[in-house]
Amino acid sequence: MSTPPPERGRMRMREKSILRVVSQLFIPFILLFALYVQFHGDFGPGGGFQAGVIFAAGIVLYSLIFGLDTAVEAVSPRVIEYLVAFGVLLYAGTGIANLALGGNFLDYKTLSHHDPTHGLHYGLLAIEAGVGITVTAAMTMIFFCFAGRGRS
Amino acid sequence: MAFPVEVVLFCLLLITAVVIARLRDLFAAAMLTGMFSLLSAALFTLMDAVDVAFTEAAVGAGISTVLILGALSMTAQTERQQRVRLLPFLVVFGTGAALVFGTADMPFYGDPAAPIHNDVYREFIRGTAETFHIPNVVTAVLGSYRGYDTLGETTVIFTATVGVMLLLTGRRRRRTAGSDEETS
Repeated sequence: MSTPPPERGRMRMREKSILRVVSQLFIPFILLFALYVQFHGDFGPGGGFQAGVIFAAGIVLYSLIFGLDTAVEAVSPRVIEYLVAFGVLLYAGTGIANLALGGNFLDYKTLSHHDPTHGLHYGLLAIEAGVGITVTAAMTMIFFCFAGRGRS
Repeated sequence: MAFPVEVVLFCLLLITAVVIARLRDLFAAAMLTGMFSLLSAALFTLMDAVDVAFTEAAVGAGISTVLILGALSMTAQTERQQRVRLLPFLVVFGTGAALVFGTADMPFYGDPAAPIHNDVYREFIRGTAETFHIPNVVTAVLGSYRGYDTLGETTVIFTATVGVMLLLTGRRRRRTAGSDEETS
């Protein structure tokens, strides 16, 4: 899908200057907005899942405009593969850290010695980061699998 | 009706759904699926479910549409004309009728006596403010009150991705192995 067949007489998306310029302008802001949604999830709507999908949407837009090969150079599928698992491990690892600190599984209060509320905030931050990483990596990986499949 | 905007949105949803079902042009149908999600997101926003609306807009209108288009680039542009078969139609119609029948038991929209408005939700709202000191109740519920569920959901996403990777990349490898056998 990144390279439409030339026989249809279509230009490749990279050669359409309006698409290229506008998406070049927008992609950094999409990624920044994803980070905002990620870290502002405690205060406004959003959280790890939404942030992950928005971040992946930025990567998908990049690879739609500049081609799958360019996107794969920027975002290595090897790293993405590891990140899919890393997010889940970060989430579960937070729970195990709670166990090690003498609390229950996913009992975030144990993460701070001074103030249980701070512990809750650290815990939420960690698990939302885990969800965000896994969702970003999962969506990007699924897109790479789909987009890479149509090519011979 | 008391909620004219919702009624308009529901009518638009219905029209979009019927158009998607009747369209032969798959590209237009894929774009309309994205529109369907966007309309749903608008409805969720009106119902004060901002987090759900956010997810619907990002997943339904964004990623899903791109994945459907990706699948479309591997197949034909238009749906093949085929005669209406009775059994699938009856199954779909029966399922739809059962779902509509099921909504008869659901509480009316905004009904203060609805089950979700019992004491549990007050406990969540009070607890989020007093224990967590954060304004977003949804984050507190998802991350902590039902943190086990969210861990399970993240694991489901992980498993689904592993499945997709195995299905899509494994097949390509098998095909190249098959072509190797043909050449040898």
